Amino acid sequence: MTSYLVRRVAGALVILMIISAITFYLFYAVPRDPARAFCGKICQPETLALIRHNLGMDEPLFVQYWHWLAGIFTGREFVQFGECPAPCLGYSFATQEPVFGAIVDRFPVTLSLTLGASVVILAFGIMTGMIAAWKVGQPLDKIASASSVVGASLQIYFVGPLLAFYLVDTLQLIPRPSYVPITENPLDWFTHLLLPWVVLSIIFTANYTRMTRSQMVEQLAEDYVRTARAKGMSSRSVFFRFAWRGAMIPIVTIFGVDLATLLGGAIITEQTFSLHGIGELAVRAVQNTDLPMLLGVTIVGAAAIVLLNILVDVLYAFIDPRVRLS
Amino acid sequence: MTFPSSTATDAAAESADTAGAAGSGSAVVGRSPGQLMWRRFRRDKTGVVSAFIVLAFFLIALLAPVIAALYGKDPYTTYGQNQPGLLNDFGYPIAPNGGMSGDFWFGLEPGLGRDVFTQLVYGIRTSLSIAIVVTVITTVIGVAMGITSGYLGGKTDYVIGRVIDTLLAFPSQLFLIVFLPVVEAAIVLPEEETPVWLRYVSICVVLTVLGWATIARLLRAQVLSLRAREFVEAARVTGASPARVIFKELLPNLWTPIIIQSTLALPLYVGAEAGLGFLGVGMTEPTPDWGRMFQVGVNVYHSDVTYLLFPGVSMLIFVVAFNLLGDSIRDAFDPKTKR
Repeated sequence: MTSYLVRRVAGALVILMIISAITFYLFYAVPRDPARAFCGKICQPETLALIRHNLGMDEPLFVQYWHWLAGIFTGREFVQFGECPAPCLGYSFATQEPVFGAIVDRFPVTLSLTLGASVVILAFGIMTGMIAAWKVGQPLDKIASASSVVGASLQIYFVGPLLAFYLVDTLQLIPRPSYVPITENPLDWFTHLLLPWVVLSIIFTANYTRMTRSQMVEQLAEDYVRTARAKGMSSRSVFFRFAWRGAMIPIVTIFGVDLATLLGGAIITEQTFSLHGIGELAVRAVQNTDLPMLLGVTIVGAAAIVLLNILVDVLYAFIDPRVRLS
Repeated sequence: MTFPSSTATDAAAESADTAGAAGSGSAVVGRSPGQLMWRRFRRDKTGVVSAFIVLAFFLIALLAPVIAALYGKDPYTTYGQNQPGLLNDFGYPIAPNGGMSGDFWFGLEPGLGRDVFTQLVYGIRTSLSIAIVVTVITTVIGVAMGITSGYLGGKTDYVIGRVIDTLLAFPSQLFLIVFLPVVEAAIVLPEEETPVWLRYVSICVVLTVLGWATIARLLRAQVLSLRAREFVEAARVTGASPARVIFKELLPNLWTPIIIQSTLALPLYVGAEAGLGFLGVGMTEPTPDWGRMFQVGVNVYHSDVTYLLFPGVSMLIFVVAFNLLGDSIRDAFDPKTKR
């Protein structure tokens, strides 16, 4: 187990190196004038000259990359801009702050959003899928299937404001979505994020309903289910104690793949509800052509996905005893 | 680009190569697989209705100038600002329901006061044309890469396989918005205004670069299994060139997954394009765009929820119809995979 983890993390680091090198190359080599592009839309001439100097643009590209990479461990000093302490992912010249600090500030928002949405997706998706499979062919199954088609076709930026209009503005059932740190007030954290969670999970839940249903139906046709039934186990016990375990394995795999998409959905959700998370940071950086910030956000996003995938694989071994991590 | 993965599609594709063989035995009169598919499709009521709805959207997009001319408005004029009595002091339509009236069927855009109906009609053109272009290019690239990877195997397969894995594992929405400015910065200086055509091209490029991997992975798996089949071996033994094996032996067996996959991909690209517009990195003003309508809608929904409803409901209808059509086409090609 330990050696497996070490190997996976090492592999992840290699992938992140490759991603960062490619992104770095694209950002520094593709724009006609990187310093100009790094400066952002609103650019003072003196800032431009400073950036030129600070980027060390007279040096070869791989040396510049090396500086950037080394900065993660040693920190960097940007003359007249400011200090960029140890995990330095670069310095945003447009917002005048270290990239890493800006990301760390917003990280809890995106984390709360995606984790909460994951719980809703898995709990609700699997539950409705099980109900549909339990009542195959009956009205409840048909309703679940039909609503999953519609649910999967909905867009966050349409459902989000619509639900906000009816639940927040008109009926005033829940507070307007915002981020309250969980350490400050767990209840407020929950109620203020409830709507974003639901909205973000709608498109995904439908997919999980459909998958759980078809997986359950498939599992129920397996030999081990028949054996269990032949030995006198009630169909309820077979359903809830045996079959669902087998059905969960592919669901967990696909959830690992969907995590990346979920992060994408989080960007749109944050923008919809004006939550100040990493996605909103990225969108703002795009609008200002703030390349250092984008570089940092890309690397952090990629790192999050890689790490979460390792986590999912470990989880996998717990659900399915047949899987040996080696 | 990674989308919520559809296992059903994979399942359909896995058994897709048998679709051709499945029909020929049962029919008394000899019918081609295509004819059988068409017969099955016509009997599927949901599929036919969805096909008509999708067709209607395509027609509206094509005939947008005609519709606008008959209706007598265009999507660019700021009617609300030009004519007094349409918008109030805060820029919201005075008439109820977002200013819906005989003159402005779907109301007025808050703020600028443009006509919602023509914006919606012209907006279909933007979204749909980008989606079609991207679907066609990703399909061609994906098919080429998938077949190359699966057919050649070995090192080529390893390299392409890793590239596909990497592309599919990363937050594509994030990459999408991150690489748009980079693509443009390569051509336009930051202080210059980005021309409309360039934005259009860079959206297509970025969506394509991030999108081809899905279909490539699917086809790679297909080719891997087909390559080991007797008819391919027979062709190779008789001395058929790789080109002949690929185009005459493999491709005819791959049309089903290709068609199914691209039908399912198109609505996703419509959504992705609108998503970019919504985030403010899609098509720029004044090109009518659904994504930007959502962007405005999100800002004004407290006071004028009607404005949001039109693009929202239109898009919902289109995507649902297209998804149902995709499912029906899949069922028609491969009746064994029942949902």
